[in-house]
Amino acid sequence: MDFTLSKKHEMARQLFKDFAEAEVKPKAQEVDETEKFPMDTVEKMGKCGFMGIPVPKEFGGQGCDILTYVMCVEELSKVCGTTGVIVSAHTSLCIDPILTYGTPDQKKKYIPDLASGKKIGAFGLTEPGAGTDAQGVQTKAVLDEETGEWILNGSKCFITNGEVADVYIIIAYTDIVEGKKGRKVKRFSAFIVEKGTPGFTFGTKEKKMGIRGSATYELIFQDCRIPKDALLGPRGKGFPIAMHTLDGGRIGIAAQALGIAEGALERTIEYTKERKQFGRTIAQQQNTQFQLADMATKVEAAKNLVYKAALKKQEFADGAKVSYSVEAAMAKLYAAEVAMEVTTKAVQLHGGYGYIREYDVERMMRDAKITEIYEGTSEVQRMVISGALLS
Amino acid sequence: MKVVVCIKQVPDTKGGVKFNPDGTLDRGAMLAIMNPDDKAGLEAALRLKDEYGAEVTVLTMGLPKAEEVLREAIAMGADKGILVTDRVLGGADTWATSTTIAGALRNLEYDLIITGRQAIDGDTAQVGPQISEHLDLPVISYAKDIKIEGDSVVVERQYDDRYHVLKAKMPCLITALSELNEPRYMTPGGIFDAYDAEITVWGRADLKDVDDSNLGLNGSPTKIAKASDKVRKGAGEKVVLDTPEESVSYIMGKLKEKHVI
Repeated sequence: MDFTLSKKHEMARQLFKDFAEAEVKPKAQEVDETEKFPMDTVEKMGKCGFMGIPVPKEFGGQGCDILTYVMCVEELSKVCGTTGVIVSAHTSLCIDPILTYGTPDQKKKYIPDLASGKKIGAFGLTEPGAGTDAQGVQTKAVLDEETGEWILNGSKCFITNGEVADVYIIIAYTDIVEGKKGRKVKRFSAFIVEKGTPGFTFGTKEKKMGIRGSATYELIFQDCRIPKDALLGPRGKGFPIAMHTLDGGRIGIAAQALGIAEGALERTIEYTKERKQFGRTIAQQQNTQFQLADMATKVEAAKNLVYKAALKKQEFADGAKVSYSVEAAMAKLYAAEVAMEVTTKAVQLHGGYGYIREYDVERMMRDAKITEIYEGTSEVQRMVISGALLS
Repeated sequence: MKVVVCIKQVPDTKGGVKFNPDGTLDRGAMLAIMNPDDKAGLEAALRLKDEYGAEVTVLTMGLPKAEEVLREAIAMGADKGILVTDRVLGGADTWATSTTIAGALRNLEYDLIITGRQAIDGDTAQVGPQISEHLDLPVISYAKDIKIEGDSVVVERQYDDRYHVLKAKMPCLITALSELNEPRYMTPGGIFDAYDAEITVWGRADLKDVDDSNLGLNGSPTKIAKASDKVRKGAGEKVVLDTPEESVSYIMGKLKEKHVI
């Protein structure tokens, strides 16, 4: 067991850090204030290969591992939670399921443009009546036997990268079967839907508390016809595909949460060394020192969980028949709660200034909250973890 | 087309500066980066690769850890890296350095050699032009734009308040300014490739047509008498009088007293 990063991972981290400092940090406040999706940054990230880090080179990706991808989301999120989630949703929720379940033709068609950042990806499972409870999904796909097309009807909400994305993974029910207790149970399937398909439109853009530059939209499908080969994976396997995708997505969000917490800690260390009260810096006061020690310890623990989940997913990607579901749930649960706690303490240690928008920690505290909610709430993570413990 | 870019690992100015007892820099103990002018030279070479399919080799002389800048260059897109390292080469001034690098370059085929104008640690701007003298090549220094025309290069050379447009037949040597371009970022995949790539390591024995008397500390005409870190300025005097007017007139008085105004 080795906790030391290899030299190539260290260099990759430095690259992400340099990019984040030079290209992302200067715009973070403006992106938050204006709620404008940072398309220019995404284009730059595409050129640098950040939009396809764990994608094999044969599909135009960078051929790197999951840990490198996780460090990218982490470093971006240290300075801007919005930019972190753009990469996370694109990579984990769109590229990953196509790579895992796509046919050779689907991979060839979609992955190179997604991995190079020419196209942006998104994922749609959540609906107004179906968040944590996926059985509530109302979006329906019916196969038109005559034309061989699928007809989609329904809507999705809170979709990250909505409207800006070109490629969407959509979960819809395709069959209703009789369950074990004689109850009707929906069978879901996954589909790849392209922006611009007739019948596919966007509803309201959500106004959010945090990650305000991230585009969060409602997706609407009205008799939206998609080709037969838009089905991703086997018919009726949409639910396991969605759950598997979310397992990976949780590692991305855990990395985002970790980055936000680290960013807030860094800012707070800088600030407490400058801010003077009662004739000395607040960093010289024992309360501050103890708070910082607690924050740093929790951040480090979160980092270990997140990196461990990344390595476990890597084992899976390398062909081992292992599940990383529990590791991903633990990493996300803990990192998200640490992000919330650390950013809240960061604001407190900044005093009045921490409540002012000019200071990064104010934004970070708002950005941190979503990590406890999306891609499975903290409660869902506890369900996943305890489910594995008690099974 | 073959381009060799000479790069140098220099102390990161964000870290502290440390010296050996003989006054030379203790490079092993400092945070290090690729010299900014050299990075611009590398970017210029990579653009020639993008446009003309040039093969780009990066060459550096330094401690074994200077391998890091070669890997960084490969992660940016360079094809090959060569590290010239040997104890007998340590403590070299510009003369011994240029002699060493020229000795290494004699083993290589090239159409163009690009070096940075100067390194941020020594600030001499001598090594590039000296290499060209050793190899009997035309040199164009302070390049702010490089174009290829047939078998020649056309370079805009920065010159105080104007620039000169110079044309030279290849092979030739160009020294680049950091203003030349905005160097590209590495890519994550490039970093992974760079760590799989094999770095060629050369020592004294691999240098062609050089004399030992021109190498290392002993072969360096420059002797450092004394070296020290910059002395930090004091905190200064804070002027907080009763009114801003009084403070301003106090400061003006002090400035006049010191003949600043």
